[in-house]
Amino acid sequence: MNRSKPLYEAILNGDDKAAVAATRAALAANAHPMELVTTAMIPAMDEVGRLFESQEYFVPELLLSGRAMRAAIDLLRPLLAASGAQPTGRVVIGTVAGDLHDIGKNLVASMLQGGGFEVTDLGTDVKPERFIEAVEATNADIVALSALLTVTMPSMKLTVDAMRAAGMRDRVKVMIGGAPVTRQYSDEIGADGYCESASGVVALARNFMAERHAH
Amino acid sequence: MPTESTSPLAYESASELVFGRSKKPLRCGFELTIGAGYVFPEVNFTLPAINVEKATWTQVVAQYEEMATKILERGVSLRVPGLVLEFELLPAMTLTPEWGAELTCLLESHLRRAHEKHGLRCALRVTPTDMRDQGKPPLLRGGAPWETVKRSFELCIEAGAHLVSIESIGGKELHDPGLMYGDIRAIIFALGVLAPRDTAWLWDQISAMCAQDGSSIPAGDSACGFANTAMQLAHQHMLPEVLAAVVRAMSAVRSLAAFEHGAVGPSKDCAYEGPIIKAITGCPISMEGKSASCAHFSPLGNIAAAMCDLWSNESVQNVRLLSGSAPEVFTEILAYDCRLMNVASDKGESLRLRDWLTESDEWLSPQAAVLSPEATIRIARAIVSEKGYYNRTIAAGLAAVGILRAGIHCKQLKLRVKEVQWLDRIERELNSLVADETKLIEEMMGQHGTEFDASSYGL
Repeated sequence: MNRSKPLYEAILNGDDKAAVAATRAALAANAHPMELVTTAMIPAMDEVGRLFESQEYFVPELLLSGRAMRAAIDLLRPLLAASGAQPTGRVVIGTVAGDLHDIGKNLVASMLQGGGFEVTDLGTDVKPERFIEAVEATNADIVALSALLTVTMPSMKLTVDAMRAAGMRDRVKVMIGGAPVTRQYSDEIGADGYCESASGVVALARNFMAERHAH
Repeated sequence: MPTESTSPLAYESASELVFGRSKKPLRCGFELTIGAGYVFPEVNFTLPAINVEKATWTQVVAQYEEMATKILERGVSLRVPGLVLEFELLPAMTLTPEWGAELTCLLESHLRRAHEKHGLRCALRVTPTDMRDQGKPPLLRGGAPWETVKRSFELCIEAGAHLVSIESIGGKELHDPGLMYGDIRAIIFALGVLAPRDTAWLWDQISAMCAQDGSSIPAGDSACGFANTAMQLAHQHMLPEVLAAVVRAMSAVRSLAAFEHGAVGPSKDCAYEGPIIKAITGCPISMEGKSASCAHFSPLGNIAAAMCDLWSNESVQNVRLLSGSAPEVFTEILAYDCRLMNVASDKGESLRLRDWLTESDEWLSPQAAVLSPEATIRIARAIVSEKGYYNRTIAAGLAAVGILRAGIHCKQLKLRVKEVQWLDRIERELNSLVADETKLIEEMMGQHGTEFDASSYGL
C-alpha cells in the first residue's frame, strides 16, 4: 500500500495531474500495474463511493476522482493488456429511443468507469438495434438503459424484447434506471436489475459479474 | 454585441412585487387578461405510459380529448375566474409537427367551447420541444432539427396556439458537464456567453413567426435545462444547494434575453427565475411550486407563488385517482391555491399573504433564499447595472452569493460545512473571472471547441 499511497491520495482528491505523476513514480519503482489497480485505484474509488453515499462528496468530487483514475489507468492500460488483465466487466449504456435526457445516464457511465468497468456510451435516443450491435461489437456483459420520460419507458421493454429475440439475453444482464422507472417495472419488462439512484449502480454491476463468475 | 439594457427596473421596490399584478398585463386567448389583479391556474398535463406512434395515435388523441374535457369541467364547476391550458409537446409530437398541430387544434376547440358555453376566460399555451440538441455538437441555427422545431411552431401557431413558449437548450452541451464537474468557468461560459446568444436568436425567430400570424403571442422561455437540472441534482445530494441557488440567479440573464427579443410573458412555469424577469421587465410570469409536486421536488413550494401571475402544476400524467383523473384533480388544487391568493388581493391583503408564502420557505434552503421579493430586486438590480450577458451573469451570481452570505451572517440560513466550502469556492471563482469575455471565449474555444458549434452562437 505504501508504494500505492500517493496514487490512492491523488484519486481521492480528484487530482488527475498528481495521479499521473504518482503512477509514473510507482512504475519507475517497479510496481506491477495490477498492484496499482488493486491496492490504489479500486480502494480509492471504493472510498470515493463511500464518501458519496454518506453525502460527504458531491458528484463533482466523485467525477474528478473518476477522471484522476482514468488518467492513471490510461498509463497502465498498455501494460495491463500486455499482461492479459481484463476489466471488471464491459457495459453498453444509453438512453432509450425517443428520450434525449442524458445527465443520469452520463453519471452512471462515469460511476461504472470509476468502478473499473469498460463502458461503451451510445448516447441518447438509442434504438434497440444499436444496443444489440454494440453488445456484439464489445462482447458486453451488461446493458444499462436509461429513461426520464414515462412515455419513453416502453422503449426499455422494446429493447429488452429485441435482445431476447436476438438470442443474447442469457449472456447479457440488463439494468434500468431513470426518474419514472420502478423495480416493479424492471420486473415487468424482464430486466435483471434496477437502481433507484446512480450511487448503487457499481454494486449492482459487480453483483452481476459475481453471478456470472459463479456460473 | 448583445448588450440590450432594460434598466431601470420595472419594479424599483420589493413592496410592489406581488402575485397577480404585473406592470404589463397581457390580454390573450379568450378574453383572458394575465397580471391585472388575479392569479389563474395554468394546468399542464401529459400522457400515461403510451408509445406515441402512428399505430397508437387514435389512443393519444383520445387521451388529450379526455384530459381537456375533464380539466375544463372541473374548472367550470369550481368557477375559476380564468384558466390557461399548457400543452407541452412530447418529442414525437414535435418530430411530426402535424401531430402537435392536431392536438393544438383539439385543445383550442375545447377552450373555445368552454368560453362560448360558460363564459370561461381562458387561453392555450403551446410549447414545442427544443430538439436542436441531437447532433454532437448541436447545430442550433440550421439543419433538420431546427427546421423541425420551426415547422412545429408554425403549425401550432396556425392551429390556434394563443401563447407559445419553449424551454431552449442552447449552451446546455457545456452547462451539463460544467455542473457535473462543478466547473464554474464552464458554467459561466455556458450560461453567460452561449445560452443568451442562442435564446436571443431563437426568440427573434419565434417573435417573427408570431408577428407573421398576428394572433399568437411570444410568451417566454425557461432555464429548466440549466437551473432545474441543478435543483434536481441538489435535491439528490449530487450537487451543493448553494451551487443550484447561484445557477438559478445567473440563469435569469439567459431567460431575460427572450424578453429582450420579443417575448412578452407569461414566462414558462418551470422558470423559477421568473420573479427576476418580472422585476426587470414588468411582464407577467407563470410559476410552479407545491402544487407541482406531482412532477418533481422543489424546496420552493410556497415562495414560488409569492410573485406569480399564473400558478401551474408543471405536468401530471393522465392516471386515475379516487376523485377523478390526475389532471382534473390538479386543476382543483390549483383553483383553490389561486382562490386564496385572489381573495387576499380583493381584501387588500396580498402583501401579507405574499410575505407568509415567502417566509415559510425563505431560509430553509439557499435556493429559496435567492427568490424572496427582496432577493429578487437585489439580483435584478445587479443584472441591469451591467452591460452584456457575460458581465450580467457574473453580477447575478455574486448578488446571489451576497444574499446567501447575509443569511448565514444573520444565522437565518444554516448550511452544512461542505456547502459553505462550496459557497467560498463559487465566490472565489466568480471573482477571479476575467473582465473581458473575449478572453474567456478564446480560452473555452481552446478547451471545449469540439463540444459546441461556435457558429450556432454567432461566435
